[in-house]
Amino acid sequence: MEAPPLIELRGLTKTYGSGDAAFQALKGIDLTIRAGEFVAIVGPSGSGKSTLMNVLGCLDTATTGTYRYQGIAVETLDTDQRSLLRRYALGFIFQGFNLLARTSSLENVELPLLYRGLSRKERREKAVAALTSVGLPTKLASTPGELSGGQQQRVAIARAIVTRPSTLFADEPTGNLDSVTTRDVMEILTRLNLDQGITVLLVTHEDTVAARARRTILIRDGQVESDISR
Amino acid sequence: MIWNAVSIALREISRNLLRAFLTVLGVFIGVAAIITMVTLGQGATLAVKAQISNLGSNLLMLRPGAGFGSRASSAGVPHFTEKDAEILGEQVAGIAAIAPVRSVSLTTLHLNNAWSSPVTGTTPAFFQINKWSVVEGRLFTDADLRAGNAVCVIGNTVRRELFGSDEPVGSKIRIGRASFEVVGLLATKGQAGMGDQDDILLVPLSSLQRRLVGKTSSHDISQISISARDGTDSQALIAEITRILRQRRNLRSNQDNNFNLFDTRQIAETLGSTTQLMTMLLAAVAGVSLLVGGIGIMNIMLVSVTERTREIGIRLAIGALAGEVLLQFLVEAVTLSCIGGLVGILLAFALCAGLAPLIGVPFHFNAEINGVSFLFSAAVGVLFGYAPARRAARLNPIDALRHE
Repeated sequence: MEAPPLIELRGLTKTYGSGDAAFQALKGIDLTIRAGEFVAIVGPSGSGKSTLMNVLGCLDTATTGTYRYQGIAVETLDTDQRSLLRRYALGFIFQGFNLLARTSSLENVELPLLYRGLSRKERREKAVAALTSVGLPTKLASTPGELSGGQQQRVAIARAIVTRPSTLFADEPTGNLDSVTTRDVMEILTRLNLDQGITVLLVTHEDTVAARARRTILIRDGQVESDISR
Repeated sequence: MIWNAVSIALREISRNLLRAFLTVLGVFIGVAAIITMVTLGQGATLAVKAQISNLGSNLLMLRPGAGFGSRASSAGVPHFTEKDAEILGEQVAGIAAIAPVRSVSLTTLHLNNAWSSPVTGTTPAFFQINKWSVVEGRLFTDADLRAGNAVCVIGNTVRRELFGSDEPVGSKIRIGRASFEVVGLLATKGQAGMGDQDDILLVPLSSLQRRLVGKTSSHDISQISISARDGTDSQALIAEITRILRQRRNLRSNQDNNFNLFDTRQIAETLGSTTQLMTMLLAAVAGVSLLVGGIGIMNIMLVSVTERTREIGIRLAIGALAGEVLLQFLVEAVTLSCIGGLVGILLAFALCAGLAPLIGVPFHFNAEINGVSFLFSAAVGVLFGYAPARRAARLNPIDALRHE
């Protein structure tokens, strides 16, 4: 029996602005993603791939169309309900890392657990475990300013996975990294997908990074141009 | 959830100590400035009021001559008699005490020290009217007055000039050609609107007349001091005194008064309104500093709004509710504002306690102004800490994250 769809998009559009200045970034996307997939979303800049990623991650809302996440109609959720969906099901990794400044790795990773209301002891145990799993057990007290780009991105990954999300969204996670650290980060994402069964959605414009995924969706001009699984 | 927000807010403060410090500073300056200024201003007002009441608030002074502006015309005008004072005391109900005064300028000597001050001859009622008391020895009495004893009481300035650090009471001093015993040292009154009040030497009127100048005429009283009974109507009292005096001085109805009544209550009212004006001015200056403090808070909040908007984006992205983020910012703003306010109150207290003696005003803690300035500054801090957060928390997480 086939796994139930994790993400199901039908006729999804996203328009910025209104009237003459309106710009349609997404022009009707139909897409189905199943749990456990490792999907790369690729395309030239301005194609709408990041917009698609933000809508999928509930960081942004679609203009029209339907979005089901595990059967939940996301477009009917209010702001707080979308926050709760992010809190309990989704994890994010950004190109710019988006760690809290002047805040230790440990505290950055503990942050999502704080909003889940875990005790101090539990938070610390899980955060240390997450940081260890991304290879940073010795950098618990370091602040982002004291870490290299690759290390910062690994802290960000630890923060994204510490809550054991069902889906991990990564928007150009290697965009600011050199080739060696890019390989490290991609190793970690691959392992998370294989070992823990976390669905990974990755936006990238690098072919080597996209090649890691088992499915590559090419977006051009706000539409799915090709959808290839290996 | 609230406890969570508090703990997050406190972490966030401890992580950004410079920003926290600058926010606290803004509130703190506003609070300290307004409390210090208003407290010192009120101290000055109290000091002036105290000096006025030292002067005797129900005091009237009767002088020969048409009045202040026309001193020159007092030359040929007859002085008062002791009988004038006696009659007024008996006939005017509103008078609590009345004392005839005659002053002469004489040189006084003690050992090698000389001092030239007005020597005032009067009756013991003068002490009551002008609120004089002794710190050493005694005041002269009605018995001294009747006997014309060679006794005097001196003010602190006279004591300093004649005796230095020596004990004055019991010593003899030479006044003009006569020798007088100092029987009392008056309590210090300090400076008032009319100069050094402690440069004073008082003798019984009869002693002055007999021993120092000789009684030349019955019209030898240069001034009559009067204290009115509490609650007496000033105007009616003045009218009554004027009527009796005009009669006693045989003035026809077409003649102007050849004496004048000087009411210290008028002075007190003038000084009172002046100091009130001063306090209002100080409050205005303090209000400006509160505004400046407020703008300081606003600036530091607005400067950090970009960083904080991104922070809000991050928190929303990892699943914080808008309400949780707002609560965190509210707790941060309230905490910092309250710390600033409390530190400001403490500093203002220290400043006032230190400065008040230096500028010679009493220190009076005013709970009201402390409360008002604390609340105002705290409100500014909370408003400007909270308002940008409120705007940011309404954004889509992605817009908050991308905020430049």
